[in-house]
Amino acid sequence: MTSGSARTGLSLLSPAFLVMAATLLAPVVALIVMSFWTQSGFEIDRTFTLANYSRLVEPGEGTVWYGIRFPLAYPVPAVLMVKSLAMSLVATICVIGVAWPMAYFLAFRVTRYKAMWMILLTIPFWTSYLLRVFSWKIVLGFNGAINSGLQWLGLIREPLEFLLYNPLAVMITLAHSWIAFSVLPIYVSLEKIDRTLLEAASDLGDSRWKRFRRITLPLSMPGTIAATLLVFIPTVGDYVTPTLVGGPGGTMIGSLVQQLFLRQDNAPMGAAISIVMMLIIAVLVGLFLWLIGYGRIRRRIG
Amino acid sequence: MTRRFDPLFLYAVLFVLFLYGPMLLMPLFSLNDGNFATFPLKGFTLRHYGEMAQNTSMMTALKNSLIVGLGVSVTATALALPAALALTRYRVPAGGAILSFMMLPLVVPSIVLAVGLLIVVLRLLSLPLSLWTVAAGHLMLCIPFGMTVLMSRLEGFDKSLEEASRDLGASGWSTFRRVTLPLAAPGVISSLLLCFIISFDEFVISFFLTGTDNTLPVFLFSQLRFPNRLPGTLALGSLILVGSAVLVIVAEIVRKRGVASDNPGDI
Repeated sequence: MTSGSARTGLSLLSPAFLVMAATLLAPVVALIVMSFWTQSGFEIDRTFTLANYSRLVEPGEGTVWYGIRFPLAYPVPAVLMVKSLAMSLVATICVIGVAWPMAYFLAFRVTRYKAMWMILLTIPFWTSYLLRVFSWKIVLGFNGAINSGLQWLGLIREPLEFLLYNPLAVMITLAHSWIAFSVLPIYVSLEKIDRTLLEAASDLGDSRWKRFRRITLPLSMPGTIAATLLVFIPTVGDYVTPTLVGGPGGTMIGSLVQQLFLRQDNAPMGAAISIVMMLIIAVLVGLFLWLIGYGRIRRRIG
Repeated sequence: MTRRFDPLFLYAVLFVLFLYGPMLLMPLFSLNDGNFATFPLKGFTLRHYGEMAQNTSMMTALKNSLIVGLGVSVTATALALPAALALTRYRVPAGGAILSFMMLPLVVPSIVLAVGLLIVVLRLLSLPLSLWTVAAGHLMLCIPFGMTVLMSRLEGFDKSLEEASRDLGASGWSTFRRVTLPLAAPGVISSLLLCFIISFDEFVISFFLTGTDNTLPVFLFSQLRFPNRLPGTLALGSLILVGSAVLVIVAEIVRKRGVASDNPGDI
């Protein structure tokens, strides 16, 4: 409904917009500007240069990581970027795989106590991310619940050291932290499916599996895609999880950005890496949407 | 009605156990009479909670978080309500683009937002880091959430009520105060609660933007490195978990009530 003039609308919108411009637009612009500066010691040189970006792709000795060669003079950001993308991807696939049946259960099987199920899934989403990550440290730690529990039961003598401080611990923790977040979008698109379509398919002789593959699954795609992106995008740059449960082997690109800003005093390089990270994520997301034909799906479902 | 056993039900139960299992260890060990989070449990005690209450820096951090959380949730909701009204009730030029821009904090990794804000505060404005800078960062995170909640509420109820009010001669302001606001109230309350929780739990932005005054998550993070502080940390963590859970349940119930009473006859 549009009952008022554009001017009233704009004046109602502008306070929130101005705050967002100051706290969101200005920082992004500042980040871009700073990525073209350089820093040596405590001095920031404000002459415009592409030095940070060219340093990221400058050829050199390089290093090998899991059989992939990185022939770069400063390979750390590239390695961490690829590693972060790979870890987030694995975590995201696990999240969607585990969350999907749960969303299906909520949409098609729950008839009574639906509100209770919804609240059960909403609570973890709103409880401290830091504490959820920390709880995995308690579970997996050297003196943690699994180790002490197994020792108590007499199944192992020495604590298992491989549980914590590695990429696997990071991926498990990421998946657990984001899983509640992904059930709801999938559930919403499943809930919207017109039940008469399913009846029609059955009446016309589709088997249950065929009906699922030809109607339920395609119609759930908007929510499933949204959930995939909602998990993948933020986890690539996550800083809390690798810091708490990753150890030296489980660091990600977010940890490097934090170090460059707060410890190594090379904020311009940190800014350049943040920008490159955002661009890579944006390109990958665009490519993913194009590959699965997102526009077509949206048009068809309306 | 008897139904055959549904394997999906078992799956859902396991899912919820996986979701809550690790988190519930925290309250479990916080009540255990031991200094490590290990099995076997030694016995019930409340002493960790007593030690926590006597930790003054922890209590200061708690107070800081409460102040920032309250201030941010009220400010964010006060800004989000008119914005949500504008986008649902008025024809705003480029409204869709503005909305997409304002929703960006939901998809940009928070470390990028944090370092960007840090540059603006330190280099551009040359301001000292303080709870104010933390609050500014939280405000940016909370406004999109508040707008999402309020817009879905404003789109959810019967707009003919507002038309009727105007047709009967009420001014724009009195239509807002006597029709729109009471109908939007459940949305306003859940926006207040959710913004408070976001601010209260937020870590990454606070970690970058805080000065000498810590918020509770930043304080907690600093404690996680010291094994001997574990029991107090567990006690505090458990209280935060329980507190957040209670707030979410209240917010959900308020929101559900709102949806249920959409029918004008119920008001």
